[in-house]
Amino acid sequence: MFVQLQGAWSPLFGRLTLDSIPYSNPIIIFAFAFSVIAGLAVVIPVLYYGKVGYIFREWICSVDHKKIGVMYIILGLVMLFRGFVDGMMIRTQQVMADGPHSPGFLEAQHGYIPPSHFDQIYSSHGTLMILFAATPILTGLGNVIVPLQIGARDMAFPRMNAISLWLTVMGAMLVMASLFIGDFSDAGWVGLTPLTELPYSPSVGVDYWMWAIQISSIGTTLNAINIITTIIGMRAPGMRWDRLPIFTWTTLSTSIIGLTAFPILGVALALLGADRYLGTHFYTAGLGGNLMLYTDLFWIWGHPEVYFLVLPAFGILSEVIPTFSEKPLFGYITMVAATFAIAGISWSVWLHHFFTMGAGPMVNTFFSVATMLVGIPTGVKVFNWILTMYRGRITYTTPMLWSVGALLLLLIGGLTGVMLANPAINYTVHNSVFVIAHFHCMVLLIAFTIFAAIIYWFPKVFGFTLDEHNGKMFFWTFCIATTVVFTAMFTLGFEGETRRLDYLYDPDWMPMLIVEEIGIGFYCLSVFYFFRMLYVSIRDREKNRCGADPWGTARTLEWLTHSPVPFYNFAVTPQVHELDELAWRRANNCEALMPETYDPIHMPKNSMVPIIIGVFAFGFGFGMVWRIWWMAGFSLLAIIATVIISSFTPDPGYTITAEEMRRLEERKEPPGIVADSHIPRPMAEERIV
Amino acid sequence: MDAHAKHEGPLPPLWHYGETEHDPISTKTLGFWLYMLSDALIFAGLFAAYGVLDQPMNAAGGPGIAKIVHPVAAFWQTIAVLSSVLAYSLATVALKTGNRNGVLAGIIAAIVLGIIFVGLEFADFASLFAIGATPDTSGMLSAFYILVATHGLHMMFGILWMLVLIPQIFLSGFNTAVVTRLLNLRLFWQFQASVWVCVYVFVYLRGTIQ
Repeated sequence: MFVQLQGAWSPLFGRLTLDSIPYSNPIIIFAFAFSVIAGLAVVIPVLYYGKVGYIFREWICSVDHKKIGVMYIILGLVMLFRGFVDGMMIRTQQVMADGPHSPGFLEAQHGYIPPSHFDQIYSSHGTLMILFAATPILTGLGNVIVPLQIGARDMAFPRMNAISLWLTVMGAMLVMASLFIGDFSDAGWVGLTPLTELPYSPSVGVDYWMWAIQISSIGTTLNAINIITTIIGMRAPGMRWDRLPIFTWTTLSTSIIGLTAFPILGVALALLGADRYLGTHFYTAGLGGNLMLYTDLFWIWGHPEVYFLVLPAFGILSEVIPTFSEKPLFGYITMVAATFAIAGISWSVWLHHFFTMGAGPMVNTFFSVATMLVGIPTGVKVFNWILTMYRGRITYTTPMLWSVGALLLLLIGGLTGVMLANPAINYTVHNSVFVIAHFHCMVLLIAFTIFAAIIYWFPKVFGFTLDEHNGKMFFWTFCIATTVVFTAMFTLGFEGETRRLDYLYDPDWMPMLIVEEIGIGFYCLSVFYFFRMLYVSIRDREKNRCGADPWGTARTLEWLTHSPVPFYNFAVTPQVHELDELAWRRANNCEALMPETYDPIHMPKNSMVPIIIGVFAFGFGFGMVWRIWWMAGFSLLAIIATVIISSFTPDPGYTITAEEMRRLEERKEPPGIVADSHIPRPMAEERIV
Repeated sequence: MDAHAKHEGPLPPLWHYGETEHDPISTKTLGFWLYMLSDALIFAGLFAAYGVLDQPMNAAGGPGIAKIVHPVAAFWQTIAVLSSVLAYSLATVALKTGNRNGVLAGIIAAIVLGIIFVGLEFADFASLFAIGATPDTSGMLSAFYILVATHGLHMMFGILWMLVLIPQIFLSGFNTAVVTRLLNLRLFWQFQASVWVCVYVFVYLRGTIQ
């Protein structure tokens, strides 16, 4: 029943041979060298300052929702950078490979990347940006902010939270491993069948893609369960549903989407896996398979996934815009209703990703109308934000600039989206870079809000503000780059350039390709300003120390506690009285009042279980990719054994007494996720009996 | 410009003292319900795939569904899984009074009936393999095997869970953690039985009349 493989296989190493390492490719050698240097830049200081134990105990084994959130965001930013480098390589290849007389370098006939390598680059660009950059960053923001916004001490299941993180990290590690050992999928991030079937993609690339997504999406599903339970069950007294901050509402709706959509992706990929490993015929071209089954299952997940990303982005806008307009959010109830309307409609639009498959006019009309319906709640949201700003006292801080920029991108992306929702137009521009420009406007809107959120909430977590000058330079260079690249790309779409071309046959596209490349230059500049912003801010951190509410006009509960947030979040659980609790306290001149007496509090212990499960999940994925059966089987058994062993050990957590709380609250030095690590946290001991 | 009016009179308490911890069993149970929702969607996806692939053309010249399913054979499996749920439910009835022997007896009966179910499924698969109806024969058979086997894997996972719980009942008695696991396992076990009812109706009964 097991499939016959092309090429060698040995019981010990599976398909892995020395030839699998692409040491002859100069681009990969360069990428490898860069990754090694970047890795050493992190590892050497850790070793030099003797912080290995600290990093292991206080970060890798941590169950603190803020640390987990920060690690999610760091993972996402690193992957965002790698995805950006992929995008830069795609753009540079296209500008170099336009027209029959374009020169070829390295092993390419045109440009500098040969076709199969180019295909891997755009596949990894899509996979990384959607699943390993945007998803972890937004999950991380939810992790950091939601428990603070509802006045909870931690997530409902702190240890499962860490497991989610490490599964996502290990998925990303599999994608990174594919760069240096073997290859990555060259079938696009969507992985349409039968191209991803074994006869057409015999290498390990598709397996890497499949297992990386599969492992990380289990993490995302677990995180969704955690967030929903936290929001339902862990709210502070008085935090009624009609007082819930909008970011928490959107994270709730997005988690409901995540919980219901990711299992479908799991099924779609598991059936593909059955085809590739067991020789079944779900998606094969012959023997009773059905190609469209994969396309449908994938996009039944894929479209809700888009809203999984965009709804928290809308939540961020709904937090940032009122803060810097000094007005409450316009239309709180309609905002919540619009959020859930979008989440609901997200389940009935998936077919608009393949109008041209020939489903017939009735089916296309249904999905066309459903798609256009999304415009209504989204329009409600846009008008709510505009009316929030209307006659407000607007201050253009960096987060506000990113938010206003995001609104403009939402307008362009949304209107082109309504164009594409019309099947007649869709047939014309289908598969052209017009579609690419449209959805890049939407995902860049998400990126804009991500940067708004990182700059907005950074002082809450780390206790000092980020440098405004470099932040604004970062915004303007990024904004110019986005405008330049994607205006040109819309134009090229109308001129008929199709997507995913490693060689462009029409020399008339050259001017717009050069414009796009100029835009890429601005993006590089913005990366420089991003790092400069971090560097200057960390250098001047003492000067930029801030109080509980660094913006002075924030409205929600998370700004009530200290900046940086101590590991216990709130010394005493706050009593909530109104929507926008901090604004209410400010109106009553009691926002600075701190509790006078303390209760003992109860905290979860750190644990080694999550990282152990994560490492074995990587072992399982790697074993399956290379068909090293002993490694995959051993890892799977080890995961099950770890879960069983840890279930035998009760985790009572530990208690901090009221006197200790008073001492912690009255200390001179600032608390926070970095400083608090000097307060040793007990580690849970795992043993049977 | 702020919408909040000033509060009249003395301020209400700003901080909440005393217990705010929610019932740990209900928190975990809510989380487990959500997990089961995701599990239900896995089966929804598999049933959708089966619904697409059980057309005669998907048999690709191999045996059709009417040739490989037998309603009476699967009927005994149905009896086994439903009696297993009954046995487990009796265990949770005994849990209400803290009757340890009653709980253990119920769980052991549920395990035995669960193993009978899985054993019957293995025998069924073995007989199908013997006549050459393997998963790689056709798209229709692929969908049949993966749907039924995914349910079977869930059953084996449930049996493993019960086996783990037996020593935990001996070691720590009915503490919060053990009771939570017992109650959530009841949800899990009844859910798998419900899924089997769907499999029996949509695959076995419907397959016979096709």
